Amino acid sequence: MSEAPQLPRTEHDAETPVRRRLRIGDSILSGTTVLISVGLVALLAGLLWVLEQGAAPALMKYGLNFFTSRQWDPVNDRFGALPYIYGTVVTSTLAILFALPISVGLALLLNEVRSKWLRNPLTVLVDLLAAIPSVVYGLWGLFVLAPFLNKYLAPALAATLGRLPVLSALFVPTPAVGNMLNAGIILAIMIIPIITAVTREVIATVPHDLREAAMALGATRYEAIRMAVLPHARSGIVGATMLGLGRALGETIAVSMLIGNGLGISASLLAPGYTIPAIIANEFREATSTGMQHSALLALALVLVAIALFLAAASRLLVRRSERTGS
Amino acid sequence: MSDGLDIVGLSAWYGTDRVLADVQMEIRPGQVTAIIGPSGCGKSTLLRCLNRMHEELPNARATGSVMFGDWDLYAPDSDPTDVRLHIGMVFQRPNPFPTMTVFENVVAGLKLRGHYDRVNLKERAEQAMRQAGVWDELKDRLNKPGGRLSGGQQQRLCIARALAVEPQVLLMDEPASALDPISTQLVEDTIVQLKNEVTIVIVTHNMQQAARISDRTAFMLRESAERPAALIEIDDTRQMFTKPIDKRTEAYITGRFG
Amino acid sequence: MSELRPPTRLKSIALRKAKSAAFTGLLWLTGAIAMVPLVLIIGYVLIKGTPVMSGAFFTQTAPPPGMPGGGMAQAFMGTGLIVGIGTAFSVPLGVLTAIYLSEYGRGRLATVVRFVAEILLSTPSIVAGAFIWAVVVTTMHSFSAIAGSIALTVLMWPIITRATEETLRLVPNDLREAALALGVPRWKMVLRIVIPTAGSGILTAVMLAVARGFGETAPILLTSLGNDFINTNPLQPTDAVPLRIYTYAQSAFTQWQSLAWGGAVSLLAAVLVLSIGARILSDRQQRRLG
Repeated sequence: MSEAPQLPRTEHDAETPVRRRLRIGDSILSGTTVLISVGLVALLAGLLWVLEQGAAPALMKYGLNFFTSRQWDPVNDRFGALPYIYGTVVTSTLAILFALPISVGLALLLNEVRSKWLRNPLTVLVDLLAAIPSVVYGLWGLFVLAPFLNKYLAPALAATLGRLPVLSALFVPTPAVGNMLNAGIILAIMIIPIITAVTREVIATVPHDLREAAMALGATRYEAIRMAVLPHARSGIVGATMLGLGRALGETIAVSMLIGNGLGISASLLAPGYTIPAIIANEFREATSTGMQHSALLALALVLVAIALFLAAASRLLVRRSERTGS
Repeated sequence: MSDGLDIVGLSAWYGTDRVLADVQMEIRPGQVTAIIGPSGCGKSTLLRCLNRMHEELPNARATGSVMFGDWDLYAPDSDPTDVRLHIGMVFQRPNPFPTMTVFENVVAGLKLRGHYDRVNLKERAEQAMRQAGVWDELKDRLNKPGGRLSGGQQQRLCIARALAVEPQVLLMDEPASALDPISTQLVEDTIVQLKNEVTIVIVTHNMQQAARISDRTAFMLRESAERPAALIEIDDTRQMFTKPIDKRTEAYITGRFG
Repeated sequence: MSELRPPTRLKSIALRKAKSAAFTGLLWLTGAIAMVPLVLIIGYVLIKGTPVMSGAFFTQTAPPPGMPGGGMAQAFMGTGLIVGIGTAFSVPLGVLTAIYLSEYGRGRLATVVRFVAEILLSTPSIVAGAFIWAVVVTTMHSFSAIAGSIALTVLMWPIITRATEETLRLVPNDLREAALALGVPRWKMVLRIVIPTAGSGILTAVMLAVARGFGETAPILLTSLGNDFINTNPLQPTDAVPLRIYTYAQSAFTQWQSLAWGGAVSLLAAVLVLSIGARILSDRQQRRLG
C-alpha cells in the first residue's frame, strides 16, 4: 500500500477536515461580528421605538399644547413643557455664546503653537476638561462657582447692563441661589473641549499651501488666518458648534445642580429656571405609574434625542463638507 | 527699476541637519536667474530662504545674509512679513484661494496692504492679469470662484496675484512643472516679458526651460546625504550650457545623472 | 513701473503687525481662560475632599442625616458592581463591532453601523437611562444594578467601538497580507495577529469607556435608584458614587456635603488616572505602529 498522503487534486475533491474547520472559523467570526453590529443598529432603533411608544399617549392627549403650555401639573394630569423648553434653550444659547469664541481661539492657538513641548501639554489639559464627570462640575459649581458669581457677577451685571433700556429685563436680580446664568456658564465650560476638538480637526485639514500663498503675499499671521484658514473652516466650525449644542442640550446633572429648578418662565437670566433633562431626572423616580406623568417625561426624552440626533447628523455633514472644500 | 539680491554665506537647517551650506550667489537685477540641479539638491530650499518662507516649517531655520540693496533680510531686526512685501512667490502647485473669486484672488495682496479704491483695484488687477497672460481668458469670469479653473489658468492666476502687488523680485518654484505644454509656454512668455520690470529667480528641473528663458543659471548639487547641498557653479546661461567650468555641472547638463 | 494712480489709503504695515500681535495675544488669552476652571476644579476638589479620605470613608456606609461619621462604602461597591457588569457586557460587544467595521465591513451596512455608533455617542445619557427604565425596570418591576449596567452599556459600547476601530486601522495592512499569504485563515489572522498587535490600543478604548462609566450619574439615577446599604445582588437597587455625590451635594447637611467632596476626589482621581493613562498608552502605541 502506498503511504504517500492523499492530497486533494482538484477543488471538487472532498474537503479535508482541516479545511472545513478553517472555513467554519471564518463564518463564525464574520457572522458573529455582523450579528452584533446589526445589534447596535437594533439598539438605536429600539431606543427610538420604545421612547416613541412611551411618549405616544402623552403626545396624543396633549398635542401641540404639550409644547406651548406652561402648566406642568402631575396631580391633575396637566402637562405643558414650555418652561423646560425655555430653560433648555436659554442655558444652551448662553453656553454656546461663551464657549464658541474660547473654543475657536483655543483651536487656533493649538494649531499655531509650533513647539511640540507646549502643544502636547495644552492638548492634554483640554482632554482633562473633557474627562471631568458632570457631577464633579456640578459639585464645584454649586459650592464654588455659583456663590462667586452670585456675589460678584450678578450684582455687577444688574448694576451695569441692568440699567440699560432693553437689556435690563435680562438682569433683574433674584434672591435665588440657582439661576440660568450660572447654569449657562458651567455648561459653557463643559462644552469647550468638544467644540475645540472638532474645530482643531477641521483647521488641520486646511491645505497648508493656502497659508503659504497668503504669507508669500506679505500677510501677517492674523491676516493669513483670516484669508486662508477661517473661510475654509467655516462650515466645519458650524458643525463643531452643533455638536457642542447637542451636548449642552442633553447635559443633566451639572445644570440641574446650578439652575435652581424653579418652575415658571422668567426673562431674567438671574432667575432660576428648569431644563428638559433636569425635569426628567428629578421627576422620573417618583412619577406615579398611573396617569400621564411617565408618558410626558418620555415625550420629553424623545424630543431631546430627536434634536440631538438631528444635530449630530447635521454636524457630521458640515464637518465633512468643510474638509472637502477646495481640494 | 528693480533690485537684485546678494546671497552671502547662506546656510539652511532642519533641526540639526544642515541641508544647505554657505551659499554665495549674486542675483542680478532685471534678469532671470535659473537654479537647476537634480532633485534633493536644495534648490527649492534656497528659493524659500530668499523670502524667508523656509523658516515657517517646523524646526527649520536659516543663517547667513541676503542683501537686498543695503538691507540684510536676515538681520535680527528684519521682519519676514516686511521681506515678503518686496519679494513675491509663485508655488509649484497652483494655490488660488478657493473661497474667493478670480478678481478677489488677484487683488488679495493689494487689499491686505490697504488698497480699497474699487477703480484702482480693477485697473491694477487688469494690468497684473495682462502681464500674466490671463486677462483675455478670465476677464469675463472675474466673479467666478478661483478654484474652478484649469491647472494652467490657476497657475497664471497665481502669477497675476503675485504681480499685482508689484514686487521687486519674483521667486518661482518650478511654476510650470504641473502644467500642460501650452500653459507652460504661456508662463515662459510671461517670464521673458516681465524680466525688465521684475527680477526673477526660477527653480526648474527642466534644463531646456532654463536655457530658453534665463540670463544666468546656477547649478546646485547635494553630493551625499552626509554633506549639505552647495552651489557648484553660476554663470551666464549660454556659457553654462556650452562650456561649463565644473565637471559635475558638465555631467549633469549632458545627462549623465539627475 | 506702473502708470496707475497711487492707492488712496495705504494701511501702515506697523498697524497690521500690531493687529496680528494683538490677535496672537487674544489666542493666548483664550488658552488661559480655558485653563482657569480646570485648575480651580481640580484644586478645590483636592482641597475639600482630601481631608475626608480615611479608612472610615471607604469602609463605612451612609450615615443618617445630620449625624457625623459614616462613609461611602456602599457607593464604591455599587459603582464597582454596576460598572463591572457594564464593562463585561460592552467590551465584547464593542470590540466585535469594531472588528466588523475594520476587517469585514464594506458597503452600506458598515456605513450605517458607523453612523449609528456616532449617533449613540451623542445621545444624552439621560435618554439612555429613560430607555432602559422603560424596558428593564418596568419589566422587572424593580430598580436594579443590572439595569444600570445595561444603561451604561448603551453608552460604553459605541465608545469602545469607535476607539477600537481607530486602533485596528492603525495596524499596517502589510501584516494582514503577510499572514494571509502564509495561508492563515482570515479569522485566525484577525484574532491572533491583528488584535494582539492592536493590543494596548484596545486597552485604551476600554479605559476611556470605563472612565465614562464611572462618571455617569443620570442613567444610573433612573435605573438603579441608589441604596443606603451595601448591596451585592445585581437584581436589587444599588448605589453608585456619582449618584451619592449628586444627592449629598444638594442636601442641607454638612457631613453629607463633606462626604460628597470625598466622593468627588475619588471619582476625579479614578477618571483622571484612566484618561491620562489612556493617552500615554495611545501615544506609545502610535509611536510603535506609526
